[in-house]
Amino acid sequence: MVKKFGDFTAVKELDLTIHDGEFLVLLGPSGCGKTTTLRCISGLEIPTSGSIILDGVDVTDRRASQRDIAFVFQLYALYPHLTAYKNIAFPLKAQHVPKEEMDKEVDRVVKMLRIEHILDRKPKHLSGGDMQRVALGRALVRHPKVFLLDEPIGTLDAAFREEMRTELKALHVDINATSVYVTHDQEEAMSMGDRIAVMNAGVLQQIGEPHEVYANPVNLFVARFIGSPGMNLLACKPETGENGQLGLRMRGNNELLELPGTLQQLLKEKVERDHSLVLGVRPEDTTVHTAEQEHSLAAEVYVTEKMGSYHIVDLSYGEEIVRARTSAYVDMEIGQNVRMSFDMGRVRFFDSESGQSIMN
Amino acid sequence: MQKKKGPLLVDARGNQVNFNPMRDVNLVRLFVFPTIILLIVINIFPLLWSLVLSFTDYSARLQTEWGVNPEWEGTKNYVALFTNPDIWLKFITTGKYVLMSVGGEMILGFGLALLLQTKFAGRGIIYVLLVLPMTMSPVIVGLMWKLFMDPNWGMFNFMLGLGRIDWAQDPARNLYAIVIVDIWMWTPFVMLLSMAGLSAVPQYLYEAAEVDRASWWFKFSRITLPMTYPLLLIALIFRVMDAFKIFDLPMGLVGRGSGAPPLLSMEVYSQTFMTWRTSYGSALGYIMLIVIIAITSVLIKYLNKAKH
Ligand SMILES: Nc1ncnc2c1ncn2[C@@H]1O[C@H](COP(=O)(O)OP(=O)(O)O)[C@@H](O)[C@H]1O
Ligand SMILES: [Mg+2]
Repeated sequence: MVKKFGDFTAVKELDLTIHDGEFLVLLGPSGCGKTTTLRCISGLEIPTSGSIILDGVDVTDRRASQRDIAFVFQLYALYPHLTAYKNIAFPLKAQHVPKEEMDKEVDRVVKMLRIEHILDRKPKHLSGGDMQRVALGRALVRHPKVFLLDEPIGTLDAAFREEMRTELKALHVDINATSVYVTHDQEEAMSMGDRIAVMNAGVLQQIGEPHEVYANPVNLFVARFIGSPGMNLLACKPETGENGQLGLRMRGNNELLELPGTLQQLLKEKVERDHSLVLGVRPEDTTVHTAEQEHSLAAEVYVTEKMGSYHIVDLSYGEEIVRARTSAYVDMEIGQNVRMSFDMGRVRFFDSESGQSIMN
Repeated sequence: MQKKKGPLLVDARGNQVNFNPMRDVNLVRLFVFPTIILLIVINIFPLLWSLVLSFTDYSARLQTEWGVNPEWEGTKNYVALFTNPDIWLKFITTGKYVLMSVGGEMILGFGLALLLQTKFAGRGIIYVLLVLPMTMSPVIVGLMWKLFMDPNWGMFNFMLGLGRIDWAQDPARNLYAIVIVDIWMWTPFVMLLSMAGLSAVPQYLYEAAEVDRASWWFKFSRITLPMTYPLLLIALIFRVMDAFKIFDLPMGLVGRGSGAPPLLSMEVYSQTFMTWRTSYGSALGYIMLIVIIAITSVLIKYLNKAKH
């Protein structure tokens, strides 16, 4: 589907298949069209072109109320004049479900979410987490075809967010409902998604299982966006060394980095001579050495970020910065000259012009 | 940096200036006292004085002579009022009038507000045209409609395709004529308040309800109505208070002939200024006041509950 607002294209040619019972996370920076995508799925927005197919039925022309989906809104959208109980019961009441059955269903989700004690309160007397639970309750009380969740825990504070994350994931395992979960937080996406769909500027970049997206990003955007910190990206160019082996001329310090045979093979196959590349390597695949080391590059310690259980050492390499994840026991001085090496089994190469990965 | 404390002020150069706090207070008094005096003279005093007069036999037309005019009569006026079978007719007519006109205004005003929610070309002009009647003087509106509803050459009957119906002078119809004109005049007021109420309902609630598979009626009755209810109540309170004491509009439209509808305010007028039974009129005025206070305080109680 495509969604335009006037001349502005919010979602470009999105082609997305979501499997039954799957927890799909829609990930991307603010304003990339995640909410718009969700609203198109729900029927609150009509795609400019294309179609939405739900359970094999084309629902593009159906109103939201005819699609049988549940939507948890970014800011909860609770009914302010109704108590928590009545908020949760609202969808059932709208369908004229008999009182007895309604009470039973509400009771079921209330137990699941452990919110028995707040049922008589109105939204303005609820904490953020409780509002969140009530909003979830309102979705869970039905048995919809799909759950759509728009940054449901984005406004909660960090510690609580982690707790809700676990809770939500457990809930999904319990009820096994097809869910589309929107977030701009890549950590949240990694930890929750069965699959992750990464979007940028209205374009779907990559879809795959979390480890796949993490280990093998299809382009520079995904490489930068996923991971905290993101992938190190170093400009380089393949070059045949004096020993006749293919290596990489690194732009940072103009050194020649030797490559293992498999990578030499790959570059020979995929890259034209003299074509500029970007080498991508995760911080945890980057090692810092204080002594001389084979296949390594000279760098200088720029700053060390102490994260508690590990350190992130920022190394300056020419004009580039390379981040390495080291153990918390390593101590480096600012300005210290070190060597860095990469786990060559895990490095990725991107075309520096198109930004696309050349690994596939 | 200096801390500003009490009456100490700082001039443009940063020097402290000794400031006389009395000046500030004097200024307040200067503005407030004339208003208070004016209120006492033209509102509070007549209010209390008419209460006193209502227990006498005072007539404003006769020479004032203490002990004779006014002469203390106790509750005689009130007893006379409550034993007069005519007075109930006047209460009932006034009640009927309030119910019909305010009821019509509430329904039409809220309905129009709902219609004007959707954006369409010319919405702004319609908006202005609808609000115009409210800006006119009720007496002028009455006189204007008197011409408009004239049985011989008025446009009203013609436009509705009716025969020569005498709206303003026929005692069987003139109450309805006043109701029609009052609705014409004050529906926009209810509409404005309703629009304010409606625009305060966040759009996402309707979206949430749409996703929750609520029908149009369910959304209207469970979201729109409860959330605009406080403002509708405010509109209702204003309109009931105003309609109960309606005087200028019937005066312009119907006049005070024998065929005029038996409204309470007209009765107060004719008793006080035509038969010059000033004290009797005052007593009736007081009864009206008490009834209005009673009705509005019930409504205000609901309003407070709704705001809670
Ligand atoms: N109703 C609308 N009218 C015009 N532009 C819109 C509308 N809704 C969203 N947009 C634009 O579409 C883009 C994507 O918005 P959105 O889907 O809300 O992003 P996200 O949820 O990923 O932060 C934004 O640039 C936003 O300004
Ligand atoms: Mg969004």
